[in-house]
Amino acid sequence: MKKSLFEKLKSSLTKTKQQLTGRLEKILTSHKKIDEGLFEELEEVLITADVGVDTTIELMDDLREKIKQEKTSNPEDVKDVLKALIQEKLKQYSGKLPDEYPLVIMVVGVNGSGKTTTIGKLAYKYREKGKKVLVGAGDTFRAAAVEQLEIWANRADAGIIKHKAGSDPSAVIYDALKAAAARGIDVVICDTAGRLQTQKNLMEELKKIYRVITNEAPKNAAVEVLLVLDATTGQNALSQAKLFKEAVDVSGIALTKLDGTAKGGIILAVTNHTHIPIKLIGVGEGIEDLQEFDPEAFADALL
Amino acid sequence: MIFESLSEKLQNVFKKLRSKGKLSEKDVKKAMREVKLALLEADVNFKVVKKFINRVTERAVGQEVMKSLTPGQQVVKIVRDELTDLMGKTSSQINYSPGGITVILLVGLQGAGKTTTAGKLAYRIKKEGHYPLLVAADVYRPAAVKQLQVVGERADVPVFAMGEKNSPVDIVKASMSFAKNNGRDVVLVDTAGRLHIDETLMEELHQMKKAVHPHEILLVVDAMTGQDAVNVADSFNKKLGIDGVILTKLDGDTRGGAAISVKAVTECPIKFVGTGEKLEEMEPFYPDRMASRILGMGDVLSLIEKAEQAIDKEKAVQMGKKLRSQEFTFEDFLDQLEQVKKMGPINQILEMIPGLNKNKLKGLNVDDKELDKIQAIINSMTKQERRNPSIINGSRRRRIAKGSGTSVQDVNRLIKQFNQTKKMIKKFKNMEKGFNRMNMPFFR
Repeated sequence: MKKSLFEKLKSSLTKTKQQLTGRLEKILTSHKKIDEGLFEELEEVLITADVGVDTTIELMDDLREKIKQEKTSNPEDVKDVLKALIQEKLKQYSGKLPDEYPLVIMVVGVNGSGKTTTIGKLAYKYREKGKKVLVGAGDTFRAAAVEQLEIWANRADAGIIKHKAGSDPSAVIYDALKAAAARGIDVVICDTAGRLQTQKNLMEELKKIYRVITNEAPKNAAVEVLLVLDATTGQNALSQAKLFKEAVDVSGIALTKLDGTAKGGIILAVTNHTHIPIKLIGVGEGIEDLQEFDPEAFADALL
Repeated sequence: MIFESLSEKLQNVFKKLRSKGKLSEKDVKKAMREVKLALLEADVNFKVVKKFINRVTERAVGQEVMKSLTPGQQVVKIVRDELTDLMGKTSSQINYSPGGITVILLVGLQGAGKTTTAGKLAYRIKKEGHYPLLVAADVYRPAAVKQLQVVGERADVPVFAMGEKNSPVDIVKASMSFAKNNGRDVVLVDTAGRLHIDETLMEELHQMKKAVHPHEILLVVDAMTGQDAVNVADSFNKKLGIDGVILTKLDGDTRGGAAISVKAVTECPIKFVGTGEKLEEMEPFYPDRMASRILGMGDVLSLIEKAEQAIDKEKAVQMGKKLRSQEFTFEDFLDQLEQVKKMGPINQILEMIPGLNKNKLKGLNVDDKELDKIQAIINSMTKQERRNPSIINGSRRRRIAKGSGTSVQDVNRLIKQFNQTKKMIKKFKNMEKGFNRMNMPFFR
């Protein structure tokens, strides 16, 4: 039985919610009036969720302002005000993958963020929609990365274009795009090797792959560059988002591993600073565990 | 970023009290606010930070400021020492069993870098004169077994695998008799990544532990992990009992505050740090350097050590003299490049230098391939040109480009870089002065 999207999101974020809600509720009910102590404790909740120092300070300033404006006096209403503020921030920069075809999706990110798994889930998602999907095995560097992608492609019933390990990733992607055109493919998903955003040579390589995509994709194709961020990551996610965006004009974020106890609050800081829309969230290792990002449900589950 | 300017901020806080002799509570509290923010920005867990700040405040208040230091430096020194203490003593060794087979279990979340680390560790163990066996116990992630096999091949270490149909418990059991029969004395088990809250999979690890009694269970932690690092480390430690930690992906620009969090909740030593994707890119963990990194002071110690290893001292002295007398030429530049290349990837080295942030280095476009190009260009210059770059006019530039197989733009860029390097070297020189004066590079 398939759970509804909202149920799944909720259940996947329950641990997050349990931890946070428990504390938040306690904080709110333990204060008789809205005072500095309350704000300090809220600050702590946000920091512990990886929201980061400056975004937390910004949120707290907004919260104070709003409370003043709306003349809120009951500590228990503070949660709703804060939630509304977070939702507002997230809504401003959230979006969906384009629903136009042909579509080319380039997937980038640091090592171990969950790119290959996300690609498997994405391929499945489009296959479910009845689209013809082809994946390009652009991670020619990491040991057995091609094999890993191939297994996912088989599970999702998608085609795969691959070269030998160690070959030029741009060439693989070039071939994938040519093959897609010849076969009338709707969605091409391009895998890339994981790389730290500070590795200059590897970022140059990524730019080259991106150039191949923008040059060789059909004229009418939509191109999406998806950055995969691990929800467990702390403040470094900001540097990741900034530098990947600089290199390959990232157009969307997939936040993975939200099924753990990490709160993924860093995404607030990331959108706040880079304005890259969040589009997807990963909530498990199953092929269906990829959902469209829903700012309201996310903020709701976070607080 | 708050981080880059921690030392600056502290300096401002303490500007007014340069002349005073003792650290007052008010001054320390002000400074501690900045330290607190810095630690939080570095992803040190909130609770750990709170405790730490309280302890350091207690220690710092009323302390006599040493003659050689400013009050700000004194506070940072205390903070750094305490951080270093918190991360424990260096103990980057593998605890081999005195007799029989040593069993090591690598555990951690998905994507932490277990398989890559397994390869590096096996490579190291082999270099230490042992006979390791890698065991592929990740039967869940697609192609994980294959990945370990490739890694094992690169490290030239045998890999024991039973495909993906058997249970990890059976696999480790079988690997023990395989090791015995094949003269392997260290069994290194690569387990599947799992969430610390996944009861079933945590129980599976527990069963593996019961089956083979590992001498070391090492938790592999991504250095970029945020506040959740404490939950992960605490759960693994409580449910399994870990003996040590390996911190991965430290070659990026993360501050690595997770190191402190993990150490604080588990009390286990951090044994090694991963600094790249190659087999040999795993280093011992140095608490003092990590403390500097988390505080944003740059990895000065690492740099000095690396430089000492590689740079020909006499040449360095000569070079220093030349720099001071401003006679720096392309010949010296070439010479220096060769020295620098010996030290390892240039970007890694530059990143270790405090006060040189990447933005400032942008114009100075040096990566390793670039170095080869630069060498070719300089080799195509005449002696005269190398000694007196100002004579390099348009036609000379074209000739040099042709000779080195590059373009005129490349030559132009190099000449520009050369001039920038001259400037940068001046900066180093100033820093060097700073070193001599107060032994610490912050607050220039």
